[in-house]
Amino acid sequence: MNWTRNNLDLILEYTLNHARLAIIPIIVSFLLAIPLGWLANRNALSRSIVITTGSLLYTIPSLPLFVILPLVLPTRVLDDTNLVVALCIYGVAIMARSAADALASVDRSTVDASMAIGYSPVARFFRVELPLAGPVLLAGIRVVSVSTVALVSVGVIIGSENLGYFFANGRQRGILEEVVVGIVISLLLALVFDLVIVLLGKLLMPWNTGDTGTKATRRFLVRPTPTGTAV
Amino acid sequence: MDLLLSALRWIFDGSHWQAGSQSPLPIQDRLVEHLAYTAISVVIAALIALPLGFFIGHTGRGRQFVITFTGSMRALPTLGVLYFLLMVFGYWLSYDTAPIVGATIAFVILAIPSMLAGAYSGLESVDRGVIDAARANGMTEWQILTQVEIPLSLPLIIGGLRAATLQVIATVTIASYAGLGGLGRIITSGIGLNDYDLILGGALLVTFLALAVDALFALLQRVTATRGLSDHTSAASSRPQSVTTTAGA
Repeated sequence: MNWTRNNLDLILEYTLNHARLAIIPIIVSFLLAIPLGWLANRNALSRSIVITTGSLLYTIPSLPLFVILPLVLPTRVLDDTNLVVALCIYGVAIMARSAADALASVDRSTVDASMAIGYSPVARFFRVELPLAGPVLLAGIRVVSVSTVALVSVGVIIGSENLGYFFANGRQRGILEEVVVGIVISLLLALVFDLVIVLLGKLLMPWNTGDTGTKATRRFLVRPTPTGTAV
Repeated sequence: MDLLLSALRWIFDGSHWQAGSQSPLPIQDRLVEHLAYTAISVVIAALIALPLGFFIGHTGRGRQFVITFTGSMRALPTLGVLYFLLMVFGYWLSYDTAPIVGATIAFVILAIPSMLAGAYSGLESVDRGVIDAARANGMTEWQILTQVEIPLSLPLIIGGLRAATLQVIATVTIASYAGLGGLGRIITSGIGLNDYDLILGGALLVTFLALAVDALFALLQRVTATRGLSDHTSAASSRPQSVTTTAGA
């Protein structure tokens, strides 16, 4: 535990930086995904455009995306902005589909009823459809959160100072403890993010007793979809 | 844009494909390494994950385990897992074999959750009525699994393989940062030399490879879908989430 004791300041600094780099893409992808999800449910064409673009972007491996972005953006190669933008792209790619599914999952008869009692289209969206889509949106953003926190560390290859530094540095100097500390903190950070999101979900949707599924799906991180993490 | 065009020219320059060129060239050697690592890891992972997923999907036992496992595996930082295994095997094995064994195990570990989830959710998506009918017709459990459940859920099972394979392709790219071969070698050499043709050329090659493999799997999913069933299930399924999420992931 020598390494850990001697580097507490550095660990704290990089953990906070890691968290900061992860928070932005999670929030951005949530905010961008809702209009995209709405768009996807307009008609078959808009749906296939949103879904196909999303899955194509998600297919691009992370390291290539990190190094291609500086060409498209007015940034330098070793700039955290590239990392954040890349993570936003992955986040939106996952979340747009999730939002489309979430909005589609809202019971038609409820929407019809809200129309019948005089909700305007805008009010209907924000006060009926969006809240009812909440549980599925929550499940989606949990997936985004977990994979974003895990993915930030790859940014060390393009010079970002986050928990990934401990992997690269630990390997270079042959300190296994450093690598393990990096993995453990990264996992803990993902867990903390997940707990915060679940808590926010509880506060915003007090009527939602959990998942629509069974007790089992309620308690754990995410439902078992084969959508792997883009690395 | 100029840089991008220059990188494309770099890829299509015949001399970069010539056997015996200076490292990290020729391109095809790195491409073959990349594909070999990917294929070996995906096959090993499939041998572990698919039977387990079929068992859980068929019996319904261990459902909890899959959900917890796939959820928490997603939180693992791939780079950390890769380096951890490379170092651990570095203590045990020789200098030549340690990176290959360590990296392959890391790829396998990272590929298993998607496949497991695909196999499990595929089998779970099969209409209970169909399975009951098969059982009523006197099929054994083994026949139900191999002749009813697996054929009907093939698109979702392949969806899991697809997600896993893409993840391994991406991870192999990172692994070259740790001194392994593969197309990532071209990118990391480029970063070291500050050579944009190498960086972008490598990045584009990996991207093309991923998109091509993805398209291949998408085709496979379409071909294996039971005719008449695919529209019906996606519209009427009680789990639109898991079905749609996997279809094009």
